[in-house]
Amino acid sequence: MAPENTKREDTCPGKKKTLDVQSLDAKALDLAAVREEIASTSGPEYWRSLEELAGSDEFREMMHREFPKGASEWLDSFSRRGFLQTMGASLALAGMTACTRQPLEQIVPYVRQPEDMIPGRPQFYASATTLGGYASPVLVESHMGRPTKIEGNPDHPASLGASDIFAQASLLNMYDPDRSQTPVYLGETRSWKNFVDQIRTRMAGQRAVEGEGFRLLTGPISSPTLANQIQALLKMYPKAKWHQYSPLHRDNVLAGSMLAFGQAVETQYRLEAADVILSLDADFLSPSFPGSARYTHDYAARRNPDAAMNRLYVVESVPSPTGVKAEHRLSLRASEVEGFARSLAASLGLGGNAADSHFLRAVADDFKAHAGSCVVIAGEQQSPEVHALAHAINAHLGNVGKTVVYTETVLANPVDQTASLRDLTQDLREKKVDVLVILDANPVYDAPADLNFADVVLNSGAGLRLHYGLHQNETAELCQWHVNAAHSLEAWSDGRTYDGSVCIIQPLIAPLYDGKSAHELVAALMGQSTLTGHDILRSYWQGQAKSADFETWWRKTVHDGFVAGTAHPAKAVTPKAGLPPLKAAAAADASTIEVSFRGDPAIYDGSFANNGWMQELPKPMSKMTWDNPGWIGPAYAARTGLKSEDMVTLEIAGRSVQVPVWIQAGHPDNAITVFLGYGRRRVGRVGNGAGFNLYAVRSSDAPWRTTAKITPLAQTYKLASTQGYQTIETATITRPVIREGSLAEYKKKPNFAQEMEDTPERNVTLYPNVDYSDPNYNKLGYAWGMTVDLGACVGCNACMIACHSENNIPVVGKPQVVVGRHMHWIRVDAYYQGDRDNPSASFQPVPCMQCENAPCELVCPVGATVHSSEGLNDMVYNRCIGTRYCSNNCPYKVRRFNFLLFQDWETPQFKMMRNPDVSIRSRGVMEKCTYCVQRITVARIDSEREERAIRDGEIQTACQQACPSNAIVFGNVNDPQSKVSKLKAQARNYSMLAELNTRPRTTYLAEVRNPNSQLESAEHAGVDSAVEQG
Amino acid sequence: MSTDPTIALAEEDREIPVLEPGHDMASVTAKISDIVLERPLSIAWVAGVMFCSGIVLMLGTAVTYLFFKGTGIWGINIPVGWGFAIVNFVWWIGIGHAGTLISAILHLLRQSWRNSINRFAEAMTLFAVMCAGLFPLIHTGRPWLAYWMFPIPNTMSYWPQFRSPLLWDVFAVSTYGTISLVFWYTGLIPDLATLRDRASNKYIRLIYGALAMGWRGEARHWERYESAYLLLAGLSTPLVLSVHTVVSFDFAISIMPGWHTTVFPPYFVAGAIYSGFAMVLILVIPVRAVYNLRDMITEKHLDIAAKVMLATGLIVAYGYILEIYMAWYAGPKSIDWFTVHNRFFGPYAGPYWMLWVCNIITPQVLWIKSIRRSPVLLFLISLVVLGGMWLERFVIIILSLHRDFVPSSWGMYYPTKWDWMTYIGTLGLFTTMIFLFCRVLPMISIFEIRMLLPESHVKHAAESHAPAAQLEGKHL
Repeated sequence: MAPENTKREDTCPGKKKTLDVQSLDAKALDLAAVREEIASTSGPEYWRSLEELAGSDEFREMMHREFPKGASEWLDSFSRRGFLQTMGASLALAGMTACTRQPLEQIVPYVRQPEDMIPGRPQFYASATTLGGYASPVLVESHMGRPTKIEGNPDHPASLGASDIFAQASLLNMYDPDRSQTPVYLGETRSWKNFVDQIRTRMAGQRAVEGEGFRLLTGPISSPTLANQIQALLKMYPKAKWHQYSPLHRDNVLAGSMLAFGQAVETQYRLEAADVILSLDADFLSPSFPGSARYTHDYAARRNPDAAMNRLYVVESVPSPTGVKAEHRLSLRASEVEGFARSLAASLGLGGNAADSHFLRAVADDFKAHAGSCVVIAGEQQSPEVHALAHAINAHLGNVGKTVVYTETVLANPVDQTASLRDLTQDLREKKVDVLVILDANPVYDAPADLNFADVVLNSGAGLRLHYGLHQNETAELCQWHVNAAHSLEAWSDGRTYDGSVCIIQPLIAPLYDGKSAHELVAALMGQSTLTGHDILRSYWQGQAKSADFETWWRKTVHDGFVAGTAHPAKAVTPKAGLPPLKAAAAADASTIEVSFRGDPAIYDGSFANNGWMQELPKPMSKMTWDNPGWIGPAYAARTGLKSEDMVTLEIAGRSVQVPVWIQAGHPDNAITVFLGYGRRRVGRVGNGAGFNLYAVRSSDAPWRTTAKITPLAQTYKLASTQGYQTIETATITRPVIREGSLAEYKKKPNFAQEMEDTPERNVTLYPNVDYSDPNYNKLGYAWGMTVDLGACVGCNACMIACHSENNIPVVGKPQVVVGRHMHWIRVDAYYQGDRDNPSASFQPVPCMQCENAPCELVCPVGATVHSSEGLNDMVYNRCIGTRYCSNNCPYKVRRFNFLLFQDWETPQFKMMRNPDVSIRSRGVMEKCTYCVQRITVARIDSEREERAIRDGEIQTACQQACPSNAIVFGNVNDPQSKVSKLKAQARNYSMLAELNTRPRTTYLAEVRNPNSQLESAEHAGVDSAVEQG
Repeated sequence: MSTDPTIALAEEDREIPVLEPGHDMASVTAKISDIVLERPLSIAWVAGVMFCSGIVLMLGTAVTYLFFKGTGIWGINIPVGWGFAIVNFVWWIGIGHAGTLISAILHLLRQSWRNSINRFAEAMTLFAVMCAGLFPLIHTGRPWLAYWMFPIPNTMSYWPQFRSPLLWDVFAVSTYGTISLVFWYTGLIPDLATLRDRASNKYIRLIYGALAMGWRGEARHWERYESAYLLLAGLSTPLVLSVHTVVSFDFAISIMPGWHTTVFPPYFVAGAIYSGFAMVLILVIPVRAVYNLRDMITEKHLDIAAKVMLATGLIVAYGYILEIYMAWYAGPKSIDWFTVHNRFFGPYAGPYWMLWVCNIITPQVLWIKSIRRSPVLLFLISLVVLGGMWLERFVIIILSLHRDFVPSSWGMYYPTKWDWMTYIGTLGLFTTMIFLFCRVLPMISIFEIRMLLPESHVKHAAESHAPAAQLEGKHL
């Protein structure tokens, strides 16, 4: 899966050198540190170079290989040719000498075939993935014991069958070939047993001082079992401390809850009951927002113009998919959102002074008209005051219990994570720490820069620093011990979803590299190294289960994937009287610019940095891949003359970083948004060196928002966006590819989208028309079709990652994306319209249209793309010679070409990961969306065996299955009762580029928005005719 | 009489003959065959061949690396799936057209002035078709399977898809290549026999003897030759029109704005002849200077070629204007209008404006007779026109593809060094072939030049009862 170019760079010695110099520099590995390293090693250990001492990857690889690349390769896996050569040679030699010793290998066939395992048929197991501590319930598809695809768990209310990019992509994290494969002590491979022995003595020492010098640092934890274990651990070492830190923490949410209620509560929203939604910088439709899959589902369910539509107002400082969906969007700098919230509170009668604005008045009036069925959602990056104000407004309007529900917290021990890390740093600095255990956190990379964590930890004198994680990352580099973690698909665990219900995480495969689960590691710290993760989990739940028959209960729970009845019940909380006090705002300095920090939409806090799918996933708004440019607004760009791809220096509190800028339509003026998670130094072949590390300028007292001095540099940096950023005139498009209207327009003329169409008569083509309902031609009578509801699509990209995973799509790498060769079979286009500073925008997922009159088929000289009797536009990869004429003639440009050998044929991990039902395409072959023909085939075989027709909904394409908003519907258009037929019969249904007579099977449902008439007239006046693209 | 301007022009035309006086049968034969048989190897020629074959080596490198890595070494992408390879293919095929036009159509039309340049033009055609034929093969993603485009009976159950214009291309180009080769070789046979008879070296005699296929100059031979040549000319004539028509179908059959145009077939054919004559001039002008052939390839020839360029150039201009008109007719909101607008003001506006300058504006100076008869200026104008015709194919292919119906998929195409190496490499291949051709074959048809001699005319005139001077006057 590793892109070829990246791979080449990785093995390029010249490049490695420079990398290393950087890494040494960055680490400040001076002589003193070297001496210290030597001193801290045990016994007579010799080192040969600084690289060895640093435990660098290439040194380790060289040690492992002894001979240059290639020499040890064929021992690992026999290629067919290698096998034949060896066979031939050994046969010949056997005749001559009879001395050749064949390597002994045992092949063990099944004596008894495992129950339900039919070769070629996948099995599905319920499990969960976690992100920021919050679990997402999933079903994992397993082929002969290898997990190959992750889907949502349809039985769980937090998923309802949908999943998100992070859950989907965690599959590739497990198969990541750069994962840490053994415990390591000072750069040397050690065994788990060796680790347990060493840790036992250390922990014994701590036992004697009641854990005085013992510190545990973890990420946020929702796992009841692990939390219980840590509590036991803290009981064993009473003076030890448990710190938690994750860079994308929800400290402000917690502080807001404390401010409003005096206690930590979880806020849940019931968007199905909300007629009016106001987001205060909350991107609740994006997958990193806890519960987004469910929220998206509930939000989208209310986007049907034939039922009661909801209305969304968004006040935001960073353009987001939620802002795109808004009926009315107000672009403010992050610092101004609080003022807006206060004014809104005031105009709703909560006291204080209201700054009057048209937008505010409209929202307030709408809220008053919908008291009890409206909701305010505050973003996690907004100040605690904004959260408290949101709570106050929700309470004031009587939304609590209706659209807002408060419960116990999902995280086991919610703390102010910044403060927690600051405490730990303080203790380290004061040399109070002897044993530091870092569990699945990477503070050396992602801690706020002002804490100087790397220096502090190096100079702390802690006798044992232990890092536990999937990668030997920046933090592992500064720890004596590293223990390789088991991925959540390899180990038993549990975790809570946003509503508090507990999911059981069950392993789908034995750990690929004998990694240990966090449960096993914590047990080892308590001297219980023999306990397995399964034992720990089971025994915890044995204590919890209320059922008399534990075994049955446990089996059912594991089977379902979640513990029934564990969702947190609503909790009655009373908000404190009065509004939160106004904090004195710092005087604005004209020479500075406001900076907002955000987690990256794809690689999150950096933990998905080595995930090629995520690196190459176009980010929802900018369609950027492989990089994290800072966003500036068009107004600011016009004023300063900055252009996209220009480099600037951002100086924040004496620290500076260089970063390219990207002009993002809708971004507020005089502000820049930067994204965290990039610029990783030690993560693996995919993520090393991609993008810019913005943690370097993030400080602990202003983690989300601060001011900076911005200085343009006379340099540019090439960015890889999959969608251009040209401006075209709307006037040139007679029949826009995106069609939308307001609810009033829709009521007046429901078929407004179809009216733009100009479909030619069926018989204008030279070639015979096919009647797909004719049983003589189409014996089984299926005609597959799809609808995509533009009103429901929130641009979350779940479909893209699902498609990547299902269809074995290669990752091509940044240089190839730059020249326009990304391979996504389905893409989500973003179109902007109107004023660049506050545009309206739309998302449009574009898979293959499966045209009935497919222009691609006509022009292929070798018949490599042909039509099936069921109306699919099939690709015959083996027949393709790669003229690319089909792609040239595709008006939708959905075909993708293997310009080079993009697919990774070598890496054994990727061989295991791939979907065996989908062939792997090689160089020189065209490929494209097939409507997941492999899934159609499975359903057809099943139905034929059972002598029945395929049922409606029996086949779900991968994109459809992942979609949290149910925007994609697939089925048989010959069946008038199928869901897809009914949708296609709707007045909103239109075909993209119908005037070309392609007769696409994929059609769109035009977006209908429900604007507030109070605001609509004013906005219409301001709209100019420019359409531009992300 | 002299007051009538047209007649004055005609008389002025008559001032320059197609063959300067002073030649007889023996001197013509000696002059042309001596270039091959007697002229010593010049350092300039050797240096030229070495330089050009060095460029061929570069082509070899580029193609080898291409086969090793894949078409991704070029600048192509989605949406621009075709780049330099197809631009060059169409360009080279177009250049090839002049040869067949000159030798076949003008032969049928009894334009005897063609006798001095037809051999050369045909050789150029062959080499250009060779260069052109390379591209469709190497531009495929899996060139080792390119033979699947031919209807070869097989057990793999592949069979060409006959609705595809690419397949029509395969047949059109391979037919054209074959006919051109046979036509050229047939025309060479009497001259090969002449070389055989005049060669003093035994081995050289043997080689030319084998190639002459036993030609003895018998009346029967001549009789058969004449009818075969006439038949081949008849066969080639429709090909001149059909090949580029079929090539234009590659574009016209598709639904892309900028491609989907009915004007393409005639406009492609005219463009092909336009560029072909430009290439003829580019080759002929230095060759007649170097080999001192000004008496056989006279300014008369240059003048006629320039006039053909002017005429075909105007047809091309008509094509351009018609495209704009059609887009305007489709309306300001049509995709066609957008495509035209994007050509004039989009990111590739530079090449498009250059196209107008090179193909339409510059050649207008050919209205002036003195320029038509100035070898240096004609050479320069022909270079400009060839560049312009290359840009035309660039505009048609890249500008139409890079921005089509769905704005999200717009892209840009930037050629890589491998694109340039392949293009320049074929230029090297072409010039190498021309260099070799000049040395080893008679570059002017000896026996056909002899036909231009007054003594042939007398006979001819006597037979046909038409004065030689009248025949001469019918040229244009």
